[in-house]
Amino acid sequence: MVEPLLKVVDLACARGGLTVLEGVSFEVASGSALVLRGPNGSGKTTLLRTLAELQPAVSGEIFAPEDTVAYAGHADGLKGTLSVGENLTFWGSLFGFGDIAPALDAFELRDLVARPAQSLSAGQKRRLGLARLLVTGRPVWLLDEPTVSLDVAAVGLFGRAVERHLAGGGIAVIATHIDLGIDADVLDLSGFRASAPQGGAFDEAFA
Amino acid sequence: MRGLLIRDLRLAIRAGGGFGLALAFFLIVVILVPFGVGPSANVLAPIAPGILWLGALLACLLSLDRIFATDFEDGSLEFLATAPVPLEGVVAVKALAHWLTTGLPLTLAAPVFGIFLNLPGGGYGWLVASLALGTPALSMIGAFGAALTVGLKRGGLLLSLLVLPLYIPTLIFGADTVRRGVEGLDAGTPLILMAGITFGTLALLPFAGAAALRVNLR
Repeated sequence: MVEPLLKVVDLACARGGLTVLEGVSFEVASGSALVLRGPNGSGKTTLLRTLAELQPAVSGEIFAPEDTVAYAGHADGLKGTLSVGENLTFWGSLFGFGDIAPALDAFELRDLVARPAQSLSAGQKRRLGLARLLVTGRPVWLLDEPTVSLDVAAVGLFGRAVERHLAGGGIAVIATHIDLGIDADVLDLSGFRASAPQGGAFDEAFA
Repeated sequence: MRGLLIRDLRLAIRAGGGFGLALAFFLIVVILVPFGVGPSANVLAPIAPGILWLGALLACLLSLDRIFATDFEDGSLEFLATAPVPLEGVVAVKALAHWLTTGLPLTLAAPVFGIFLNLPGGGYGWLVASLALGTPALSMIGAFGAALTVGLKRGGLLLSLLVLPLYIPTLIFGADTVRRGVEGLDAGTPLILMAGITFGTLALLPFAGAAALRVNLR
């Protein structure tokens, strides 16, 4: 078994055909977290999507063991007509993990388990979206603004879930503006802004 | 994978418009035709095979744009793409779920609609056989088209323009199977050709659909 470790060397990534980040290099060891900071448009989401292999890197390399990544974007991926339990059970079965009880407990969703997801409040939906990460059983969490619409108590729940995940040898890369109360390295992306937009050099047909 | 199929079927049933919508649309098309061309059996019987196949094809088209669009909008597709299941399999399962909610009920209900159009007696068996073998191709081609247009606003119209021409071979052989059955000719040849098209699409299009999804997720 390979230690889950995420290593990025001289990565450049693009959004909408324009290179927004270049020269990004970092390592995240098993059991630690990395917080991404930077103003709007600095490429936090782009970097996370590239790490999740949802989009190709312009250049540079990402080293991570195969099938270890769980990506939670801005959208929660919930189906309004399914209940909370059904939503979680579906993702659990897809990732071959099955047991949803720890995820329900971690985000205090047990009382809501039979409610259809469309009747949840924005914060409850977000908690359910984050609980998805726990049922994947994946060691590498990539989180994009995970605390949007969460109240202080829920942010605390989330912080503790991340801490338990790290204690279990997992890693987390989190793009956020607030302090989560967890021990993490900080990477400010404004230092990696691509020097000149390379509009003409990029051809979508051959990307 | 089975979880994905069960989820899609459950969503189709709960959201309404699953089994019922395509059937109701098929019913209305079939009922409108006699109003348009007149109720005379001499007029209806020769065109019944073509109308039944056209109706089934249009009914199939109705729910195509939802195959991937809802999953794309709510972020499920990104999560599916990082899940330990091949995206090719996701496309195939989505097409299967679409077929189970549209193609299969259409196939089973088609004989009843055949009566409305005075379809002569020899055609019924061939109608069911041709729809059973042909509608899977409609769902598979449709899933590919839906994967191509998934990120687009108003993609539904473009989807119809892309997919309908690809339905032509299935339509030709499907309607011809029923017509030959009605006339008492050998209907096996067009049926086999149509089955060939269906199996070809089932073998190839999951890969094309998955490639299109990967591009659209960027």
